Amino acid sequence: MIELQNVTLTFPDGENRITAIDDVTLRGDNGTVTGITGPSGSGKSSILAVAATLIRPDSGGVLISDGTDTIDAAQLSKHEATKLRRERIGIVFQQSNLLPALTAREQLQVMARLGGGTSRNKRAKIDARVDELLDAVGLTEHAGKRAHQLSGGQRQRVAIARGLVHEPEVLLVDEPTSALDQERGAEIMELIAGLTHERDTATLLVTHDLVHRDALDDLVTVIDGRITTPVAGQALTR
Amino acid sequence: MFEQKGIIVFVAWRELRFARGRFLLIGAVVALITLLVGFLSGLTGGLAAQNISSVLQLPGDRLVLQQPENSDPSFATSSLGEDTVTAWEHADGVESVTPVGIVQSRASSSGTDDPTGVALYGLPQDAPGTGSNSLFELTPDSDTEVGLSSGAADDLGVEVGDTISITGNDFTVAAIGEDLWYSHTPVLVMTPEAWSEASKLVGGTGEATVLAVTGDADWEAVGSETDTVAETPLASLTALEAFQSEIGSLGLMIAMLFGISALVVGAFFTVWTMQRAGDIAVLKALGATTGSLVRDSLGQALIVLAVGIGVGLAAVIGLGTLAGQALPFIISPLTTLAPAVVMAVLGLAGAAFALRSVTKADPLTALGSNR
Repeated sequence: MIELQNVTLTFPDGENRITAIDDVTLRGDNGTVTGITGPSGSGKSSILAVAATLIRPDSGGVLISDGTDTIDAAQLSKHEATKLRRERIGIVFQQSNLLPALTAREQLQVMARLGGGTSRNKRAKIDARVDELLDAVGLTEHAGKRAHQLSGGQRQRVAIARGLVHEPEVLLVDEPTSALDQERGAEIMELIAGLTHERDTATLLVTHDLVHRDALDDLVTVIDGRITTPVAGQALTR
Repeated sequence: MFEQKGIIVFVAWRELRFARGRFLLIGAVVALITLLVGFLSGLTGGLAAQNISSVLQLPGDRLVLQQPENSDPSFATSSLGEDTVTAWEHADGVESVTPVGIVQSRASSSGTDDPTGVALYGLPQDAPGTGSNSLFELTPDSDTEVGLSSGAADDLGVEVGDTISITGNDFTVAAIGEDLWYSHTPVLVMTPEAWSEASKLVGGTGEATVLAVTGDADWEAVGSETDTVAETPLASLTALEAFQSEIGSLGLMIAMLFGISALVVGAFFTVWTMQRAGDIAVLKALGATTGSLVRDSLGQALIVLAVGIGVGLAAVIGLGTLAGQALPFIISPLTTLAPAVVMAVLGLAGAAFALRSVTKADPLTALGSNR
C-alpha cells in the first residue's frame, strides 16, 4: 500500500514559488491500479515523482506499507530513498527508458545489481524471476534482443517486467501508452492491470488518456495540483 | 567474472561490446600512445646508458668535481690537482678517496687506420669498495695494457692479447668486460699513469677528473674550501652536458605524451559519459547508488586502458627487441612497466574528470518525457 498524506510540493519561480501539488491525499491499495489523470501541467507527474522518492515534498507524508511495517518515504535521506526504490518500488517510465546496450533479459538482471554490493543470493533470486517475468509479459522469444531490436510495445513490456522483477510493493507507472497506438496501448494497460492483481502490487498509474480506463480500479483527477474527485476506493469515473 | 561485481562492469562490460567501434578507437589511441611512450622510454634508457653507465659504476658516497667560478661543474672540464686530492683525503669524516681520470679520445687497432671514439678511464688498482665493480675489473696491471668494455672491443674489432693504438702509443688488450659507456663512447680503462700521459696528449691536464669519496664529511664545507662540489652519484649526472640535454628533451616529450594521454582519455570519457547521462539518470531512478555508477564508469575506463596499454606494451617489447639491434634501446621494467602504470593512472585520472556527469545526474529527469 502507498498513501500520500496531505502532500504539498512547490517549486521556485523567480522570487515566488509555484505550487505543483496542493495538499494531496491519495491512497493506492495492494492489488489495485489507481489512475491519476489530468491536463498537462496539472501536477500528476509531480505526484508520481514524490511517490517515487525522486523529490521530497515541502510537507506531508508518503507512507509505504507491506502490511506489517510502514515507513514515511518523505522523511528518508537520499541514500535511504535510493535503497527504497531499489527494493520496494518499481518504476515504469513514459519512454520505457531501456538501456541500449542491454538485452531484454539483461534489463531485468541489472535490477539485481543496482546496489553494487548486492548479495549473490539476492542476485540469484532476481535472476531466477527474470525468465518468469519475461514469460509473463510475452517476451521469452525476444529475451536476447536489445532495445533497438524491439517494437515500442515490446520495449514497454520489458520496462514493466523490469519494474516488477524485484517484487516491489509499489509500482509507479508514468504515461505507459503515450508512445503506442490504441491497440498496443490497450494490451499494455491490460498487462499492467493483470500483473498488479496477480502480484498484489499497489500501482499508481499516471495517464492523460482515458481510452484505457477500463484497466483502472480507481481513478483520480488532478487539476492545478489538487485532486478534484473523491479518493477512496470507488472513485472511478467510468 | 565481471558479473560477480554487482553493477560494476555489468553495464560497463555490455556497453563496451555494444559500442565496440568507439571503444576500439580509443583503445587503439591508448595503444599507440603507449607505443610512443614505451619507445621513447626505451630510447631514453638506451641513450642514458650510453651516457652514464660507467659513471654509475664509480664507487663512493659522493663524486667530487671541480667547481668553476662562473659556470656549473662539468665532467668535461673538471681537473683536480694533487692539493685538492690531498685536502679531501685529510678532510674530517672522509674514509677513502679514489681519483678517477676521464677523457675522450680515439683508439684504433694496430695495423688499421680506422680510429674509434673511446672514453679513457684512469683507475687505480685495489681502490676501496670496488670488489666486483665491472668498471674497476677492467683496470690493467701495467701501463702498457688496457681493459676494454665489450662495446669498445666490438668497435675496434680486437680480442684479449691484441694491440691497440691510443694517442700514438700501443697498448695490449688485457681484459674485455661489460658494456660500459661514457657520453656515447665505449669505455677503455688504463692505469692512472698511462691515463695521465694520454690526457696530456689530447690537451688535458693529466690530473684527476673526479674523486670518488666515501665517508660522512661536511661535503659543502670541504667543497667550498677546495673549490669543488661533492654530489651524490645520481645528482652528479647533471654535470654531463650530453646526458642533461638528451634526458631533458626526451623526458619532456614523454611527460607531454603522458599529458596528452590523460587529456585524450579524459575527453573521450567525458563525451561518452555525457552521451549516457540519460541512462545514468534512469539507473539512479531505479535505485542505483552513485558509488556503484562511479565504480562502473571507472571500471569501464580501466578495461579500455588495460587492453590499450597491454597491446601497446606488447608492441613496444616486440618492436623494441628489433630496434635494440640497431639503436641504443633498453627494455626493462623501468622503460616498459613504469610508463604503463603512469599511463594507466593518468588515464584513470582523465576518466575521473568525466565522473561529474555521473554524480550530478538527476534521477528526476528519467520521469516524464524529458528524455
